Amino acid sequence: MASFSIVVTSPPLDSQGAYSAYRFIDAAIKTGHTVSGVFFYQAGVLNGSFFQSVLSDELDLAKKWQSLGEQFEIPLQVCVTAANRRGILSSEDVRENKDFADFNLKPPFISVGLGELITQINQADRTIQF
Amino acid sequence: MIGVINSSSPYGNQSGQESLDFVLAASNFAQDISLFFVDDGVFQLIEKQTPEQIEHKNFPKTFAALGFYDVENIYVCAESLTLRNLSYEALCIESTLVSDSELRTLLSECDTLLRFG
Repeated sequence: MASFSIVVTSPPLDSQGAYSAYRFIDAAIKTGHTVSGVFFYQAGVLNGSFFQSVLSDELDLAKKWQSLGEQFEIPLQVCVTAANRRGILSSEDVRENKDFADFNLKPPFISVGLGELITQINQADRTIQF
Repeated sequence: MIGVINSSSPYGNQSGQESLDFVLAASNFAQDISLFFVDDGVFQLIEKQTPEQIEHKNFPKTFAALGFYDVENIYVCAESLTLRNLSYEALCIESTLVSDSELRTLLSECDTLLRFG
């Protein structure tokens, strides 16, 4: 049994990468592997926004990430710099900058620095990027 | 050893900047890094770029400081240069030119690969 670190650099909608990551994590855990963490970087940070509204007959990946994070208690870490560049803000970001009226990143997604990615890579047997 | 692959030109997307952000963060955590420039990624290394004209931060300037961050394994795909009619002399930092097969060997020696394309 292996432990995986997952890096998601694909956006939620415009490519299949993020959904593939979700499927991989789900399959890995259900077959007895562990996922030490999921790190969202580059356009992947857009997965962290809960300001996503899809039509009722379409895949709601944001909701799936949320239940996956809660169900398996996997840290869903979002790079703060990459996120802020793309309009993804945590409650703390909003507290620190009065220009913003609201935040769109909340648990199980958490805002972290790139150092967490290094830690995650070092802890896992394998790192897989989607 | 973490291998970082840069495969896109510097300003058409955010990959070059965010790859560099990662490399600098990793070097702060004393990680061994190998940096690869392949395909259009070689354009990141052209010297005397003036992205200020398109109001873009000149992040390739920071490549010159990589030695200071102990990032010394910098590899450039020779074929990618040739295909783009670029010469090694036109590059802004000291790097090692590698053939396709050398590239494959170096990549296989990395424990982890991240691609910024």
